Amino acid sequence: MNMVRALALLPFVAMLVGPFFLNRVTPTIFGMPLLLAWFVAWILITAAIMAVIFRFDPLNRDDIS
Amino acid sequence: MNSALGGIAAAALLALGLGFLARRGRPMGLGQWTVAGRSFGAPLVFLLMAGEIYTTFAFLGGSGFAYGRGGPVYYILCYATLAYVLSYFMLPPIWRYARDNELFSQADFFVGKYESPMLGVLVSVVGIVALIPYLVLQFKGLGIIVEIAGYGAIGATPAVWIGAAVATAYVMVSGVRGSAWTAVAKDAAILLVVVFLGVYFPLHYYGGLGAMFAAIEQAKPGFTVLPERGESVWWFSSTVLLTALGFYMWPHSFGAIYTARNERVIRLNAMILPLYQLILLFVVLIGLAAILQVPDLKGTDVDLALFKLSVKTFDPWVVGLIGAAGVLTALVPGSMILMTAATLFANNLYRAAHRSASDAHVLNVAKLVVPVVALVAIYFTLAGGQTIVALLLMGYSFVTQLFPALVLSLARNKWATREGAAAGIAAGVATVAAISLNHATIGTLFPALPVQIKELNTGLIALAVNIVVLVAVSAGVRFAAARQVLAPRSERPSQPA
Repeated sequence: MNMVRALALLPFVAMLVGPFFLNRVTPTIFGMPLLLAWFVAWILITAAIMAVIFRFDPLNRDDIS
Repeated sequence: MNSALGGIAAAALLALGLGFLARRGRPMGLGQWTVAGRSFGAPLVFLLMAGEIYTTFAFLGGSGFAYGRGGPVYYILCYATLAYVLSYFMLPPIWRYARDNELFSQADFFVGKYESPMLGVLVSVVGIVALIPYLVLQFKGLGIIVEIAGYGAIGATPAVWIGAAVATAYVMVSGVRGSAWTAVAKDAAILLVVVFLGVYFPLHYYGGLGAMFAAIEQAKPGFTVLPERGESVWWFSSTVLLTALGFYMWPHSFGAIYTARNERVIRLNAMILPLYQLILLFVVLIGLAAILQVPDLKGTDVDLALFKLSVKTFDPWVVGLIGAAGVLTALVPGSMILMTAATLFANNLYRAAHRSASDAHVLNVAKLVVPVVALVAIYFTLAGGQTIVALLLMGYSFVTQLFPALVLSLARNKWATREGAAAGIAAGVATVAAISLNHATIGTLFPALPVQIKELNTGLIALAVNIVVLVAVSAGVRFAAARQVLAPRSERPSQPA
């Protein structure tokens, strides 16, 4: 459970620390500069992470609300 | 009336109609007007929370920022995404406390947690002061949109007056339900328009995304990433962090939490909202596409990038549709801000002075304050000033000062005291104001520091001052209290027996 919740830290690391290493135009990905592509990818990954956290959180079982 | 103006007028009428209909014969008590009786399911809460990102800021400011500065605009993709992650853990306890104690406003939360109506007064004042520039921003955007998309048939000034009157009217009648219902139309319109333009412009003018970025790179090398100096990586990270923390500290976003039917609704939204953030990618692409097509926009005119390019590209009736969507992006958040500022005033300032006032009386005061808030914002809008992003960033620095006291109030052991919370918020806000008024940066304040530190967002200084004062004052109060408890025992030996 706590391991799953710890996944929530990854987007922070990716978006706050990532730019220090990826602030460059090339290589482009789907036509986008590397930095922009990195952020777009992490928006998608963040949504996936939140879906996993939501699914495994016992608070979200249907019988409790 | 030209064909473009028709679309815009229809949008204003649609907002007015939906706003009035939202009430549907419900008796409007304070609880209905401010938090819709805590009855909203996931879709409406989603729209109220997403209301925060799809304001005129996203529409004009986002594309204008991309046009004017390039890479640094990527921060708008990141900050809300991180705020949503935080929201999954932070908002459910806030919602639970608000339900159990029947809270109406953000300031109520601080009043309850710290058992201090005076702290509520401080939080309300900070909230209202931050909300006014946010409202000015919506009105400014509205004026720009109507003037350009209507091909000058209606000037910015009458447009601001009309828009403000529409929002004021339906907020007074329907409260937060009016905002939620008009948000349905707004989000549908903005989604279609932004995605269409974000795909169409790069294809039409460049033949594709890759070609567009290549052309920009050739004309302005390095423009689509972060610059070495100024709005550098250091600026970027600190700004994203600061605005992510401040995101839900906006009184109207905070209030939107209260409207949820249960806490699962909030967690569900925390999962879905990051995907919605992707729509801002299209806003960024629109602004970047404009760089080589409508060059030479300078200063505050960068906010016009989206509409200048649209006017250049499309027939008037298409521009009218885009303008209609734009008008809704100004009216909906504008109405939420009006409602929130009025609630803070009536429920936390007026009521603090008139303790015996009934809920019905407070509601009447709130409704009367709505047009007053609108007038104040109209005054500042017409008086002129900074670009949209600059205004928004200052408001953010203000509301972010509420974050430390809020987080500490959620902790199980209530270590922070009301005196500490109040002193911290006051010190943080004073720091923001001093920095903004003097146009200071960390560099001008501390010239000896390394250049990387100088580029950090100045809001961080204010937040640091805030935390230090909060901790010091809380510790002082606790120490004094502890001594008082111990005092009789320690003084006993010296007392004459």
